[in-house]
Amino acid sequence: MQRRHSLLLTRAQVFSLALAGMGAMPSGAQGALTTPSILAPASTPAHEIYALSQFVLVITGAIFLVVGGLLAFVIIRFHARKTDAEHEPAQIYGSTQVELAWTVIPVLIVVVLFLTTARVIFAIQDAPKPQSALDVIVVGHQFWWEFRYPKLGIVTANELHVPVSTSTMPRPTFLQLLSADVDHSFWVPQLGGKTDLIPNHPNAMWIDPQSTGLYLGQCAQFCGVEHAKMLLRVYADTPDQFAAWVKAEQRPAMQPDAHNADAVAGRHVFETQACANCHTISGTAAKGTFGPDLTHLMSRATIAAGAAANTSDNLRAWIQDPNTVKPGALMPAMQLSDQETDEVVAYLTTLH
Amino acid sequence: MADQTYPIPGTLDTTPSRGAALLEWVHSWVVTVDHKKLGILYIAYALVFLLVAGVEAMAIRIQLAIPHNHFLSAELYNEFFTMHGTTMVFLVGMTLIFGFGNYFVPLMIGARDMAFPRLNAFSFWMSAFGGLLLYFSFIGGFGLYGMGSAPDVSWWAYAPLTAKAFSPGHNTDYWALALIVMGFGTLGAAINTLATAFSMRCRGMTLLRMPLFVWLMVVASADTLIVITPLTAAQVMLIIDRYLGGHFFDTQAGGSATVWMHFFWIFGHPEVYVLILPAFGIASEVIPVFSRKAIFGYPAMVAASVGIAFVSLSVWAHHMFTIGMTSVSNAFFALSTMMVGIPTGIKIFNWVATMWGGKIRFATPMLFCTAFLFQFLCAGLTGIMLAVAPWDWQLHNSYFVIAHFHYTLTGSFVFCFFAAIYYWYPKITGRMLSETLGKWHFWLFFIGFHMTFDTMHFVGFLGMPRSSYTYEPDRGWTTLNMIISAGGLIQAVAVLILVWNIIDSFLHGPLAGNDPWDAWTLEWSTPSPPPPYNFETEPVVRSRRPLWDIKHPNDPDWKYER
Amino acid sequence: MSTIPIFADESWRLPSRGRVAMFSLIIGESAIFTIFVVAYIYYIGRSVTGPTPQILDVPWFNTVCLLSSSIAIVFAERAIEHGRIRAFAAWWALTMLLGIVFLAGTAIEWKRLIYTNGLTIRTNLFGTTFYSLVGLHATHVVVGLLMLSLVMIFTLLGRVEQRHTQRIQVLSLYWHFVDAVWVVVFTVVYMMGK
Ligand code: HEA
Ligand code: HEA
Ligand code: HEC
Ligand code: CUA
Ligand SMILES: [Cu+2]
Repeated sequence: MQRRHSLLLTRAQVFSLALAGMGAMPSGAQGALTTPSILAPASTPAHEIYALSQFVLVITGAIFLVVGGLLAFVIIRFHARKTDAEHEPAQIYGSTQVELAWTVIPVLIVVVLFLTTARVIFAIQDAPKPQSALDVIVVGHQFWWEFRYPKLGIVTANELHVPVSTSTMPRPTFLQLLSADVDHSFWVPQLGGKTDLIPNHPNAMWIDPQSTGLYLGQCAQFCGVEHAKMLLRVYADTPDQFAAWVKAEQRPAMQPDAHNADAVAGRHVFETQACANCHTISGTAAKGTFGPDLTHLMSRATIAAGAAANTSDNLRAWIQDPNTVKPGALMPAMQLSDQETDEVVAYLTTLH
Repeated sequence: MADQTYPIPGTLDTTPSRGAALLEWVHSWVVTVDHKKLGILYIAYALVFLLVAGVEAMAIRIQLAIPHNHFLSAELYNEFFTMHGTTMVFLVGMTLIFGFGNYFVPLMIGARDMAFPRLNAFSFWMSAFGGLLLYFSFIGGFGLYGMGSAPDVSWWAYAPLTAKAFSPGHNTDYWALALIVMGFGTLGAAINTLATAFSMRCRGMTLLRMPLFVWLMVVASADTLIVITPLTAAQVMLIIDRYLGGHFFDTQAGGSATVWMHFFWIFGHPEVYVLILPAFGIASEVIPVFSRKAIFGYPAMVAASVGIAFVSLSVWAHHMFTIGMTSVSNAFFALSTMMVGIPTGIKIFNWVATMWGGKIRFATPMLFCTAFLFQFLCAGLTGIMLAVAPWDWQLHNSYFVIAHFHYTLTGSFVFCFFAAIYYWYPKITGRMLSETLGKWHFWLFFIGFHMTFDTMHFVGFLGMPRSSYTYEPDRGWTTLNMIISAGGLIQAVAVLILVWNIIDSFLHGPLAGNDPWDAWTLEWSTPSPPPPYNFETEPVVRSRRPLWDIKHPNDPDWKYER
Repeated sequence: MSTIPIFADESWRLPSRGRVAMFSLIIGESAIFTIFVVAYIYYIGRSVTGPTPQILDVPWFNTVCLLSSSIAIVFAERAIEHGRIRAFAAWWALTMLLGIVFLAGTAIEWKRLIYTNGLTIRTNLFGTTFYSLVGLHATHVVVGLLMLSLVMIFTLLGRVEQRHTQRIQVLSLYWHFVDAVWVVVFTVVYMMGK
């Protein structure tokens, strides 16, 4: 696994170096990478931006070559030599024609750049929303993500599932972006540009991943202590996978098996301790909304917005003291006894 | 040419009385109203804080050298990057420009002091006090424990993260109060600079004969007037919110987070031009002298500077492309931002044209200015990329932005001011800086700079967000971050060389004489260091290069100038 | 011993530094007021709860006082220009009096708003923006009055003479600015905002 990562990473690095060197980039379509590179677009907005960026790079690259070349020439050609005559070089105070030329040419370049830019702004930002679009409400919290699917009745956290969108079956996802506290920003580079989540100021954006897989991203607006660990995972599922996921999420929480005494006890602890004030587990007394919905906790690969893998050990560590996993997270250490902790973990691991 | 002598005004004996007690010496600096002493105070203050903010930058880089590092805690990291940015912009940037401005604006226009010497002292001490208040935060508040309450909300301090609810304690208060205090100092300095340049010019120094450095100080000061004040206003509102229970930025009570963003960037964007314009001024002094040619297109240079200042007032929202503005506003701000490239281009071309056909001496000041030209070209072009709003949706708050603005701030601003130090140190102290150490300083800083900030563009492309105290090992950012951090250390070594050079040359450097660079502006007609009253008799000028006229009586500038 | 040849143009006049500085200060101050005014306008009608601008009474009397103080100060300037120190003192005192009446009027208005209408700076957005903007202006009146009284004291001590005209004029520039800002504040708060 580690090897694959490093291979992918070198590829992405080679791209960016190539891009710097030649001002040209290899074509996009790579599928999901562990490096959230903006040079490997996998969704229409990201593709359009990528194409635009290539165009801009060519123009700025050309300016760079011309002006940089001039500068290099001047440095080499006109540096003082020992053999030079003693007197001062000819004094030139200016030249209207030349100065006019280097005013007008940049004006033209700016016009071209602006028109191309404007086209893409409108194409992405004002794209009409098709009937088939999926709606998701994203709520930013310090320091985790809440995802609500209003039409499907699903609430989940940190890991967004969306259907893949193909040219034959376009299924874009439209995100409505809200914030529960401070500013955040939703950014999954392979899928599109970022948009901020600002309290009192609803925003929107859309994505349509074209190949399946896991796309990584993270919060891109400084939002406090743990801003760095407000990671994002977006799964682009095949239509079947997505339907199955929706179905699983729509069920209320699993009841712990009666044989599983620990889990039964754990549920009791969960419902009677403060946990229930902050977390929701549908079908139980826990109806809090301050923390992530735990109804299908086990359907997620990570906990605490990607701060740790979703394993029993990590859950235990987390519940004992979230600060050891994610210092500054807004869940307090719950002061449960070891036994209670084990029971709660046993219960949580049943929440598939 | 260089050994030709010419008479100069002002050669009184200025050796200080030997036995003066240390206390008296300190006292003389504290109560001074002399623009040169205040200038030195400003510059020294800026250099000290350059080291402090540099150490913060180094701590940041050590923390980010490897993923999941524990060198700094999350809280401390946030304090460090906020303090690094705030210090660099306000305590280093603003004080450096007003330091050199203070010292050289009067000298270059043939005046004996600033227009308001006492206001000048007041401004400096306000700035100094503001800076100390900012740094007092490390020990104030909750005390040294946990590193006190240094600001930790980033230098743009977006609401509502700064609200009492999300920022309890006094971190944000230190940030706002210290900057308000500094703001008054800056305002005073700006007003003083304007009054000096307009009302203290010597005979014959018409506006269009002022050296470009003076012009750019004028434009920067005018810009300062209109942009520092909105910051002060916004910070007063923030303080009202925090102390009096106001609701300006209280999103729970209908207040708006985006209004703060607008207010901040109405200040924040022009502010970066306030910093870069005097740097342009330095380049416009150094490049002609070391190319041995008059500046190319002086009127266009002045017009372009004024143009930049004007256009820069209407571009602030390019820092806000991702906050969900309408597509029309996004397009408008993309256009206005790109338009800044036009006057800036004129300046770049004029500098290159000045070098064209010259006899370029690559002494240390010129090395720094040449590197500045190259780096500013790159920085401007990455700025244009950021101005392409859709691309900015990707690049915003990534390390690409960090790379862009360190190219402008370190690669352009700091490079120019290093040039200024090498160029004017002989005038200020009477001794030359060591050229050998200067070359070491330049090349190490140049290499370190490019290792650090070139690489940052790439981690930005690969999706690394800024303001993050750590990152995941599987993202492919590890190697690149290591290179970035290594480059940072090289820069630190280079800066240490500069510090050593400044101290050592002060004690042992070769004497400079009045005019070591064979230059053309009035400050070089005085002894080094200049006497308290600058000029024995008030100079009279007839062109932009008065000393050229003296040195070339047969071929003076005023015959040709447009 | 300067050998820089003297061949500059005969007349060499520069603007007065006091004036340049005061104009600069005014530009800076205008930017501060602009920000507060913009905030006020933006937040009009956005308060979630509590009193609204309808509770305000238009302070006509106050406004007339402040604006006439600007006229009074012009007469004061004239007086000193012609060296009539006693007339100057009288006009100057009148200016200050009108300024003080303005401040008193504001104090009365605020007292009513606070105790009768229950509007404080924390009540809602209207309260926050109203007290900040009007308060910012009042602060400038206070500062202006302090500077005016300094001059007044020097006048009474007999230290102000005709040759100080320049400085007096620079100071009155500030007072005119404070009045002009009031016109903006008045329009925004009591006309537009209601
Ligand atoms: C000294 C400081 C300085 C300077 C001079 C500039 C100059 C420019 N900057 Fe930069 N900028 C910063 C400091 C500076 N910037 C800082 C500190 C930030 C981040 C703040 C933060 O978030 O913390 C920032 C962020 C920033 C952003 C927001 C990024 C983001 O957060 O998403 C943008 C977007 O448009 C931008 C654009 C530009 C442009 C277009 C210029 C132009 O002025 C450049 C003009 C120059 C040229 C274009 C090159 C020369 C011209 C030619 C050779 C002519 C031909 C060229 C053309 C016709 C294109 N800058
Ligand atoms: C003039 C402005 C200026 C300058 C010169 C610099 C210089 C440097 N900056 Fe700075 N930086 C900013 C202005 C500036 N910066 C701003 C405005 C921000 C944004 C803040 C925010 O987001 O709020 C920022 C943010 C910023 C970040 C992003 C932090 C984050 O978002 O998480 C980083 C990361 O690498 C960084 C690094 C550096 C480095 C390595 C240097 C180097 O060039 C520094 C070189 C100088 C020195 C090294 C000093 C020498 C020190 C010594 C001689 C002592 C010896 C010390 C040791 C050996 C440890 N800066
Ligand atoms: C004061 C509110 C609060 C209480 C009480 C609380 N939590 Fe949390 N919990 C949170 C918050 C907030 C988060 C998200 C933290 C983050 O990711 O930054 C969280 C996250 C979690 C997660 C990870 C969820 C995920 O999908 O990432 C688990 C598991 C969890 N809490 C379990 C518990 C248990 C068990 C208890 C009781 C013993 C409990 N919590 C009590 C607020 C609370
Ligand atoms: Cu949420 Cu950063
Ligand atoms: Cu900007």
